[in-house]
Amino acid sequence: MKMRIFVPRDAGAIAVGADDVVAALEQAAEKRGLPITVVRTGSRGLYWLEPMVEVETVEGRVAYGPVSPADVPSLFDAIANNGPHALRLGIADEIPWLKRQTRLTFARCGVVDPRSVEDYRAHDGYKGLERALTLTSDAILADVTTSGLRGRGGAGFPTGIKWKTVAQASADRKYIVCNADEGDSGTFADRMIMEGDPFVVIEGMTIAGITVGATKGYIYIRSEYPHAVEAMNAAIAAARRASFLGDRICGSAHNFDLEVRVGAGAYVCGEETSLLESLEGRRGIVRAKPPLPAHKGLFGKPTVINNVLSFAAIPFILAGGAKAYADFGMGRSRGTMPIQLAGNIKYGGLFEIAFGITLGELIDDVGGGTFTGRPVRAVQVGGPLGAYFPRELFDTPFDYESFAARDGLIGHGGIVVFDDSVDMAKQARFAMEFCAVESCGKCTPCRIGSTRGVETIDKIRAGERVEENIAVIEDLCNTMKFGSLCALGGFTPYPVSSALKHFREDFAPVPTRQQAAE
Amino acid sequence: MAPAYEPWNADRGAEIIAEHARLEGATLVILHALQEVFGYVPEPAIPMIAQALNLSRAEIHGVFTFYHDFRHEPAGRHVLKLCRAEACQAAGGDALAARAEAKLGIALGNTTADDRVTLEPIYCLGLCATAPSAMLDGRVVGRLDEARIDALVAEAQR
Repeated sequence: MKMRIFVPRDAGAIAVGADDVVAALEQAAEKRGLPITVVRTGSRGLYWLEPMVEVETVEGRVAYGPVSPADVPSLFDAIANNGPHALRLGIADEIPWLKRQTRLTFARCGVVDPRSVEDYRAHDGYKGLERALTLTSDAILADVTTSGLRGRGGAGFPTGIKWKTVAQASADRKYIVCNADEGDSGTFADRMIMEGDPFVVIEGMTIAGITVGATKGYIYIRSEYPHAVEAMNAAIAAARRASFLGDRICGSAHNFDLEVRVGAGAYVCGEETSLLESLEGRRGIVRAKPPLPAHKGLFGKPTVINNVLSFAAIPFILAGGAKAYADFGMGRSRGTMPIQLAGNIKYGGLFEIAFGITLGELIDDVGGGTFTGRPVRAVQVGGPLGAYFPRELFDTPFDYESFAARDGLIGHGGIVVFDDSVDMAKQARFAMEFCAVESCGKCTPCRIGSTRGVETIDKIRAGERVEENIAVIEDLCNTMKFGSLCALGGFTPYPVSSALKHFREDFAPVPTRQQAAE
Repeated sequence: MAPAYEPWNADRGAEIIAEHARLEGATLVILHALQEVFGYVPEPAIPMIAQALNLSRAEIHGVFTFYHDFRHEPAGRHVLKLCRAEACQAAGGDALAARAEAKLGIALGNTTADDRVTLEPIYCLGLCATAPSAMLDGRVVGRLDEARIDALVAEAQR
């Protein structure tokens, strides 16, 4: 029997040499006359250990990492003798960083072959859809509502209510749209799940389709994610061949099919109405709400538009897990959140856990502090539109409301860590500059405010009437926050105001700052 | 490997447009398909798309110019994209970007005079746990340091 070796085809693993490791493994195996089968999985999300290689044994999969092509010969010796190796991490499932997690959405990611429907089914895949096909629309909606699932894209809107609105709308056509325009820096959970377990996204969207009566779905993936586009397309084709997509899915009366559409480098298209405009083939200009997409969405038809992670949470919930899902979490944040630890961090990666873990636990304990070994000075939670938090706020529990109460947001669950070399005035300027570049231009506070913001922060940094200009920035932030049409202009004040509030010393003129540091 | 592009040809362009024109909201799909074949979206294609989709030329021009991805002219033989977003900034990306600019003698957003290398910023490749990261002609590279960025630049210059 051929030995099975698992190596991720996740973009994050490929970026650090996974393809080279596979080539080395195959070459070494041939040289030794040892028959092996290399299975390309997704990533388990322990990125400091990538490329992580797993070898199937009677005890389970034994992991090694981070493996370079040069390690492969000694790795084979260790495998052959079942002996020790400097990179041996033990049984993959038992690695403490992984074992501490509650993997509901990411249960299969890094385990299964993302090209194989059979492998997906062998790991409890499609159980949610099978059960959903036996239920009425109302019964499915009841499950989604019971789970307490809220939109994982950042807004946190209850998914059950959104779906119910579309289910109750009457129209000749309805759509399911998956927002895979994961543009926030520090986030990569959508990319990982699309590359590592694409069928869970397909299954979630299919369940949404049969619930609300939609027969067509689109997955809008950003162009910066070519590996995810390829993985989703391959999975859609495989699902079609196995009758999980197309006409009369699984022999039922329901039709549902999916199509991938690729974005074109506009950050604002992650905003749902801008995304719909883009899908319709137009400039990604934000729409005023109402009407809500649930009433008038894609091509003016009732549309369920959810983030990748929201759809990916659905199969577990429909497979009889609604109550179990809701039992995790705190307050109004139910279930688990795939948290992404990024930037200057020692143990970066994907950490799925119930809401309620504190920011400090995530940064210091799970993340191990900074990669550079210097003290953590600031963390940005929730992407470019999220607030910068200092260590004083590390007791904040990871939950929608707790972050909002401290003028922050959890967004899509990304955390970017900065060490003490960060210049927070520069970060505040970047936030305004990014907004200026990416603004769709429809509303004035965002379009003009962001440019004025850059200019004013430049004046502050140059030491020009600092106190007056800080007052201007505060006023500008207020205008943008309450006067913008969408979250781009509306949330850009979060990083700016939080930098001003918690790191005021960085806004002093440069000579003063240098004196203060001495 | 640098991608090989075809020179602009109106018949070939019309063929690509016709292939996708029946899709719902086809504009972006067509622009992507043209760029994949020609390396950019040639100006004469704009009125052709408009006609095929029964839209105004201004409307297609508006879409074309809204999105960062679509090129108005061919890029250099190699395209090196450096992530300039927060997670990569936190991991030392600023210094590495400056280093690449100095080595190539151009600022981000430009092409070298010999048309070999186009250096561009990109805002997040989703490789934030292996930052700083870059993409050379579609190949992703993470955990960049000085040696790795130098090797990437040298590879792009070949």
